[in-house]
Amino acid sequence: MDYTQFLNMPAELSLLAVIVIVFIADLLLSPCGEGDSCRCSCPCRGRLRGVLPVVLMIAHTVLMLLPCSPLSCCTGAEAFGGMYVSTPMMHLVKALLGAGVVIVMLMSARWLSEPENAGKAGEFHELVLFTLLGMYFMISSGHFLMFFIGLELASIPMTALVAYDKKRYESAEAGAKFILLALFSSALLLYGISLIYGATGSLYFDECGLWLDGSLLSTLALVLFIAGMGFKISLVPFHLWTADTYEGAPTAVTGYLSVISKGSAAFVMLTVLEKVFGASEFVDIWNRALFWIIILSITLANLFAIRQHNLKRFMAFSAISQAGYLVLGLCGGTAQGMTALVFYLLVYMAANLGAFAVLCVVERHSGKIGISDYDGLYATNPRLAFLMTLCLFSLAGIPPFAGFFSKFFIFMAAFKAGFHLLVFIALVNTIVSLYYYLLIVKAMYINKSDAPIAPFRSDCPTRIALALCTLGVVLCGLLGCIYNYIDTLSCGL
Amino acid sequence: MIHLEYILVISAVMMFAGVFGFLTRRSTLGVLLSIELMLNSTDINFAVFNKMLYPAGHEGYFFALFSIAISAAESAIAIAIMINIYRHLKNISVRDIEKMKW
Repeated sequence: MDYTQFLNMPAELSLLAVIVIVFIADLLLSPCGEGDSCRCSCPCRGRLRGVLPVVLMIAHTVLMLLPCSPLSCCTGAEAFGGMYVSTPMMHLVKALLGAGVVIVMLMSARWLSEPENAGKAGEFHELVLFTLLGMYFMISSGHFLMFFIGLELASIPMTALVAYDKKRYESAEAGAKFILLALFSSALLLYGISLIYGATGSLYFDECGLWLDGSLLSTLALVLFIAGMGFKISLVPFHLWTADTYEGAPTAVTGYLSVISKGSAAFVMLTVLEKVFGASEFVDIWNRALFWIIILSITLANLFAIRQHNLKRFMAFSAISQAGYLVLGLCGGTAQGMTALVFYLLVYMAANLGAFAVLCVVERHSGKIGISDYDGLYATNPRLAFLMTLCLFSLAGIPPFAGFFSKFFIFMAAFKAGFHLLVFIALVNTIVSLYYYLLIVKAMYINKSDAPIAPFRSDCPTRIALALCTLGVVLCGLLGCIYNYIDTLSCGL
Repeated sequence: MIHLEYILVISAVMMFAGVFGFLTRRSTLGVLLSIELMLNSTDINFAVFNKMLYPAGHEGYFFALFSIAISAAESAIAIAIMINIYRHLKNISVRDIEKMKW
């Protein structure tokens, strides 16, 4: 065996190095047990323990984004006989996911430094990094085994993250609902993969794509695959776990779940649909399936979002409808659709994580998460209210912000692929979504409250996270070169 | 020699018995067992496809092995969460895990 092929996967290797370093550092720097008499825990060790993972992840992400660094030199390579594939587009998506993880880590820093989480902060970082590693493998897979292992590596530690608040019952309930439905969807997906294996005798994406014809068996496999991935992306007939899990999970984890896990799954779904089910008979079938799934996702999620009172549940339904828009990029399976999808992912990540960073910091300081609790936030915390407004406007797609352009590109790609009716329905739904996003803005700016959230100063990491998100929301809207850059990569899939 | 179809029928019945159990069981552990049934039916599929249709390679067997290992890891985490729920509720019936709804 040629061991140098490991060097063809520099992103995964570097992330693995980060994981190992964080693990060892957590072991060495952890505070002494309670009954311990030694007073060795000086404050700088605790701080180093919190800062180290973030710094390492920032270094990792920056190295991946720089064009001529050791991490981005061998894109377009493959390893293990094609089980692992890496293209510039995949590399870019991985770098974006890494940036998202940095933001999640920053916004959870304050929460992790509380005494109830004192011994568990290292576990949080480890679990987050492992899910990220799973997503990397999933994105780069060229073989169903690699795909499945990556998927599970991304979803099993995720369950542990959802149930992270051991003392809080809601967290455990959310974890139970998540793991049971994740297992169910994995089983469906596996059954689909086994049928593909039965039909073609191969598990490599490329070979499967060559051998699969439009037979009934392979169509069943396609349906099961869409159902399994639909659970992961939380599209509508498969979305029932989403609201409960999002509400019960710790807020930072909810942010992670709603953006990064969903975005990577959508990208992988696109890759597999194009590579494995790319034959013309199939394209027709999955386009028809996606048509209904998207309409249901966007419409139902919008209707349910209107009647929510808890902001985390509200964001869950908003995330379902955003997932519908994200999957709209899949329709037709064109290169333009892929560009639009990745750009949408980038903008959605900035806006949604920004909103969650605000939720997180407000919940830390006041313990409130209901929409009516945000009444009068502008009077007491004007800056936070303003940032929240920016993010919500971007999610809704109001012109000067990035959300408008990302939605526009998605619609344009789908329109060019011939989905005129679908684009029209999605457009109508954008207006509905504007209504409920503005409900929150109205609560913050116009509604009067007897007991508003008291003014507070947010901590430094949260500020950095908010600044990064705001930068993303504003810059992606103003700089056309970002979209053009993604466009140059997308033809290579 | 048993025909391929018979074994596939068994695995399909297992799969959908699992789906049925997932939807109807009252205990969360029962739900978990149903999911194991579904996962194991796919392992049968992989093994039988490999043996009967593509005996030249071993991909199906390897996939079955990996999927067994992964489903074991998943059950471990699921049971850990069940224990945590039991500590709060003293009960793991599906009906009682309903604090958050709609």
